[in-house]
Amino acid sequence: MLQIKPILAALKQHKAGTVLIGLQIALTLAIVCNLLFMIHQRMLHVSRPSGVSEESVLTIRNEWARADESNLQALDAADLQLLRRLTGVRDASISYGYPLRNGGYNSSVSNTPSNPNEINVSSRFFTDDHLLPVLDSKLIAGRNFRSDEVAWEREDQMQPAPQVILTESLARKLYPDGSALGKPVYLDGSASPSVVIGIVDRLAGNFPGSWNDAAYGDIVIEPRIVVDKPVTYLISAEPGQLEAITKGAPAALMKLNRLRIIADGTGDADMGVRNFTQVRADAYRDEEGMVKVMAYISIVLLCITAAGIVGLTSFWVGQRRKQIGIRRALGATRGEILSYFLTENLLIGIGAVFFGSLLAGGISLFLSLHFETHRLSVIYLLGGIATLLLLGQCATFGPAWRAAKISPVEATRSG
Amino acid sequence: MFAHYLQLGLRSLRRNPVLTILMVIVMGFGVSASMASYAVFRAVSNDPIPDKSTQLYAVQIDSFGPKNNNGGEPSGELDYLDAMALQRDHKGLRQTPLYPVGLSLLPTEASQMPLRPKTYAVNAEAFPMFEIPFAFGGGWSKDDDRSSAYVAVIGRRLNDRLFRGANSIGKSINLSGHDYRIVGVMDDWDPKPLYMDVLSSNSFGTPIQVFIPLQRALDSHMQTVGSTGCVGSDEGAGWEAFTHSTCTWLLYWVELPTPAQAQAYGHYLYDYASLQQHAGRYPWAPNVRLHDVRQWLKYMHVVSPASEMSLYISCGVLLICLVNTSGLLLAKFMRRSAEIGVRRALGAPRRAIYAQFLMEGVTVGLAGGVLGLLLTVFNLHGIGSVVDKETAALLRLDASLVAWTFTVSVISTLLASFYPTWRAANVQPAWQLKTN
Repeated sequence: MLQIKPILAALKQHKAGTVLIGLQIALTLAIVCNLLFMIHQRMLHVSRPSGVSEESVLTIRNEWARADESNLQALDAADLQLLRRLTGVRDASISYGYPLRNGGYNSSVSNTPSNPNEINVSSRFFTDDHLLPVLDSKLIAGRNFRSDEVAWEREDQMQPAPQVILTESLARKLYPDGSALGKPVYLDGSASPSVVIGIVDRLAGNFPGSWNDAAYGDIVIEPRIVVDKPVTYLISAEPGQLEAITKGAPAALMKLNRLRIIADGTGDADMGVRNFTQVRADAYRDEEGMVKVMAYISIVLLCITAAGIVGLTSFWVGQRRKQIGIRRALGATRGEILSYFLTENLLIGIGAVFFGSLLAGGISLFLSLHFETHRLSVIYLLGGIATLLLLGQCATFGPAWRAAKISPVEATRSG
Repeated sequence: MFAHYLQLGLRSLRRNPVLTILMVIVMGFGVSASMASYAVFRAVSNDPIPDKSTQLYAVQIDSFGPKNNNGGEPSGELDYLDAMALQRDHKGLRQTPLYPVGLSLLPTEASQMPLRPKTYAVNAEAFPMFEIPFAFGGGWSKDDDRSSAYVAVIGRRLNDRLFRGANSIGKSINLSGHDYRIVGVMDDWDPKPLYMDVLSSNSFGTPIQVFIPLQRALDSHMQTVGSTGCVGSDEGAGWEAFTHSTCTWLLYWVELPTPAQAQAYGHYLYDYASLQQHAGRYPWAPNVRLHDVRQWLKYMHVVSPASEMSLYISCGVLLICLVNTSGLLLAKFMRRSAEIGVRRALGAPRRAIYAQFLMEGVTVGLAGGVLGLLLTVFNLHGIGSVVDKETAALLRLDASLVAWTFTVSVISTLLASFYPTWRAANVQPAWQLKTN
């Protein structure tokens, strides 16, 4: 490190180049560590568990297309009966609302009556007593619905159900000081109570949500079937049978009754028949896309910065051939020449990451204010700093190696 | 002189091929990254009705109150009573409440499958107001509105499917058990984003295929299949209770051709809301909004934060590429200090040096533009596979994007060349000649 002083003196002769390399490292650091951090945040977001045994569940969204809508309950019931009897089907349920559905019914939930100001916004699933077995969801307290508690109603006639099942996260928010089991909750500012009869450990809500959502896993499950909404049949397959029933179940439904619509994916709606892998992919498509774009941009930026460093260092080496030759003639070893350029780059890099960190903090602040992202974590900043310093050393190594190979004879040449 | 400098520039670029290729690649990547995100941004922030976007207004009245509204902002939709009152008062040139309904198009033959076309309920004024073009017939009459007639306007796609594109005026379609007489077939009409309803439907999805009279939909107690916002659920059950509640579910659009009319309508809305306050229906002070199409799309965040953010990110990428190119050009130019010294000593003015080196920068910019264009095409394909299919369908390479790519590339390289050129022009001839 004895070389620092002469290096600084030399850098003063190349102010512009130094500033340009430094600026580039600083900007790259600021952008790349924010990008990597956002990638990480989105990965975390996407990989949250849904509470569903995803590998065995099939969803079929069904809309009746009939002139006479008075007997929809009988039609739904016939479908369910058919589905439950199909070979390869373990169980089938009917629901309006299910994990990662990407849309659905949200309401406020309160532990006091007629309180619409409560902000515990939760997903609501309107379903029967088969949903929890189909999703393979674990009750940690209380019991599942009984089939006689399930009511079939039109949407405009619906009232909050007398019994509900909550997810644990919501139960804890409503009754922080003890079990919510047996206690009343009030849906959507209602005056009439719904009693909590069961608590499940974990399920994802209707909306995969924004990046900052607290309500992801807050769900109210009600033994109500909304007959005039596009309901979804959720089917759990016997091991290894998912593929077979993905083809077989819709065909059997169509054979039973043709006056129905199961979306084929050509319209606005998602495909009518989706296994849970597709449900998850549809719910997070934008996020996955952004992750890919950000990763691509990060890699391109790092390459560009490396290229810039190689270019400018090569120029400096070329400019100083004679001086390097003189130093070599005066007894400097190759290692010393090599370490001169590496140290030079390190010094520029250290100065640059200092400004880059400030800039990264600024960008993070801007993004968190405008786009509600999380604030950059220090670990990512440190990781970014290490990456860029290392990148600088690697990029410098090539030109520096060439410099080290300059023969002392160069000192005697003119030009 | 221009051609001469261009020639010099090209020759100089050939002299250090590695450095040149590096600069071109860097510019190409920078430009293509910013162009690809610009293309996405342009697609999603499109003005869907350019000649009228400052004359159509979305109306909002706060029916939730300061405790329950969205941070002071009213719901994007109106409740039934407000929408009906505004329609009755009829203060603008044209206006319509609208909402999406879920009707099934039932097959007439056993071999056909039922369909669920995208259907909206509007009144007759919607057709001239939204400039909906017709291939056959037209909108229904005001009498049809009043008598809540079973009439329908269908889209071209649906007409192609049902009637093989023939004039179907006077024929009927069966929607959920009722025959509707077709009075008009729309020509291709697919505003993107679908600004009338950005709340309930995919703004970049398939076009609306059926319109039916609003009064018909209301008289048949058709529920909205779009978004509904309610505060408290104790309004009771059934259609009557729902329409008398403060649940918001009707979008409301009004056409106000001049700013003066828009201002007058704003006053009218305020007065209407304060009347409601005095009548005790809304105990809070008037809280109303009037947004034209562009303001509305911004207000409703139709441009996703992701695409806005990627625009910022790509500007950052371009900036880095600029700094990079600047550094590389500096290296390149300064390596030729001797040459510059000789030229200056032989009498070349500074201006000539400026011209020559800026020209060299432009050459790099043009080459970067060509590469950038290729990469943009590649990027658009890449983005097409990561965004939803509706947005991907809007991404296209047109003349304006090509022009933009070259403009951005050349201008940014010019910017990047300024400092290196200035340094080159300031080379001291005497010093250069002496040392060499």
